[in-house]
Amino acid sequence: MTPRALIAEVFVRFLYGTLLLASLWVLLRGHNAPGGGFIGGLLAVTASAAYALTFDAARALRRIPLGPVRLSAFGVLLALLSGLPALLQGLPFLTHLWITLPLGFSELALSTVMLFDLGVYLCVWGALGGYSLALVQSVEGAP
Amino acid sequence: MLALTPLLVPLATALLCVLTQARPRWQLRVSAAGALTLLLCALALLQQVQHAGVVSVVGGNWPLPFGVEFAADRLSAVMVLVAALMVNVAVLWQWSDADAAPSAPALQPLLHGLVTGAGAAFVTADLFNLYVWFEVALICSLGLLAQGGALRQLDATLKYFALNVFGTVLLLAAVGLLYAATGHLNFSALGEAMAKLDAAVALPLIGVLLLAFLIKAAAFPFFAWLPASYHTLPAPVLALFAALLTKIGVYALIRMLSDVLHPAPQLLYDALGWIAVVSMVTGVLGAAYHWDMRRILAFHSISQIGYILLAIALASRAGDAAAIFFTVHHSLVKAGLFLVVALVFRYTGHYDLRCIGGLYAARPGLGAVFLLLALALVGIPPFSGFWGKYLIVREAMAQGEYLWAAGALLVGVITLYSMMKIWLEAFWKPHPDSAWRPPAAARVTAAWLGVGALVLLTLWMGLYPDAMIRYVTDASTALRGGTP
Repeated sequence: MTPRALIAEVFVRFLYGTLLLASLWVLLRGHNAPGGGFIGGLLAVTASAAYALTFDAARALRRIPLGPVRLSAFGVLLALLSGLPALLQGLPFLTHLWITLPLGFSELALSTVMLFDLGVYLCVWGALGGYSLALVQSVEGAP
Repeated sequence: MLALTPLLVPLATALLCVLTQARPRWQLRVSAAGALTLLLCALALLQQVQHAGVVSVVGGNWPLPFGVEFAADRLSAVMVLVAALMVNVAVLWQWSDADAAPSAPALQPLLHGLVTGAGAAFVTADLFNLYVWFEVALICSLGLLAQGGALRQLDATLKYFALNVFGTVLLLAAVGLLYAATGHLNFSALGEAMAKLDAAVALPLIGVLLLAFLIKAAAFPFFAWLPASYHTLPAPVLALFAALLTKIGVYALIRMLSDVLHPAPQLLYDALGWIAVVSMVTGVLGAAYHWDMRRILAFHSISQIGYILLAIALASRAGDAAAIFFTVHHSLVKAGLFLVVALVFRYTGHYDLRCIGGLYAARPGLGAVFLLLALALVGIPPFSGFWGKYLIVREAMAQGEYLWAAGALLVGVITLYSMMKIWLEAFWKPHPDSAWRPPAAARVTAAWLGVGALVLLTLWMGLYPDAMIRYVTDASTALRGGTP
């Protein structure tokens, strides 16, 4: 058991949520500006990695929804499903569709691209997060 | 949309199998349902290409030649059908206890992942996309090889990985070079651009591409990965590997040399022909040396790949038709033989021929099925291998390539020798331990169903070859831009 680093523990509790929020922001801005599912997913992985290095890998793993393997599979499935609405309109698979919802004060643009990007985000978080936590786990017992 | 099903159905099945990992019984059912769906889609695709010729779809509705196109023609459809059939047999086999894969959470997802790679490679019409599917198949096959994690399995995985990753990097380099030279990746755009390219530039580019595919197809002298890894696999995975893995490389060679890059420089066809002959001979000699039945059959795969390459090297419509016929025949027969050998293992507990015997007296049905498949592999009439070899040798003779034809016939004789070796050792001679009795409580019904399906198809191809020969002739005509 490594000695506790109290400052790091307090700080990472705060950093974890902030990094996840930042990753979501990067995911959503990605359509028109640098960012997107892949980069957002990588940011989420850094949140998990910081948590694992400060506490331990098992606790960081519990904070990944569904667990890393199933999360990445769910992500790819989501990306796959985002291609299906196009078929209902007789367009080829993965043709992306947009709708704009008027909200009164502003308008909200929704698209199947967003669903696709969310799938990429979850897949990257699950796959690379699981991979990096497994690496952390493999050295945890070592002197 | 039908053109995308060889990609989407196994991919979705693999993902659902991951999500049901916690419930193994449900996972197996999902896996079986996915395999059946793929088979139905493959049959529908086959039906459709016979009417429409080519079924294609461009992902995301992007304009050509920029979008990633998926196009299935007759060649793609029959390859997809073989893949779909084999994954059904592999999944069905897991209800038996004849060297079935030990249940592991990652097994079903990886099986369907491998089929995704193969199926998508068969229908893609984009060179970079083809590379991606090779990579998917590689990663999933590595995962399947490493299942179990025993030392000999990891040893096999490493050898497999080292040679195949070399092939993959070479493939990526070739794709990059072709793109740099022509600015296109889409098959039809690439083909048009290559025709305008200077032959001195085109020759090395196509050469690198073919080299990569030859490694994937396990041709001489790049076959070392195949006999080093196959014998560590459980039966259903092994059958799937035998039917699919090298065939992706073979498919890519047919697609490139006879369709996209046709006509390639004559030098390449000549070189391929000699590589084919040497592969035939070395493969069959390696098989003659071994005693482990799985190793014998693995070496035979190299030899049989040689026949297919020879047919491609003949560079004619009849040659391509023979290559496609032989590919289908070999997938069915070789997978069937690996499965029969797994049944032998179930009854005797050994793959080593020196430790077993007496099976013909104990299980005559198994002996008959083995003999049938072995004679089909050798090419004795009236089985499917006869027609495959007949088409190849006839075309080689017609082109005046007597040396190649003689090689093909000679290798057939040695193939007969090593099949007879299995027959005499495993079935005919008495068991070395006179007290040996086959186990009474073998759960092999599902296994027999799988083998039975393959045997019936082989018999059909052998006894009624007309339909199949007509189909592959149409397929090869369509490859070269003709209308059958």
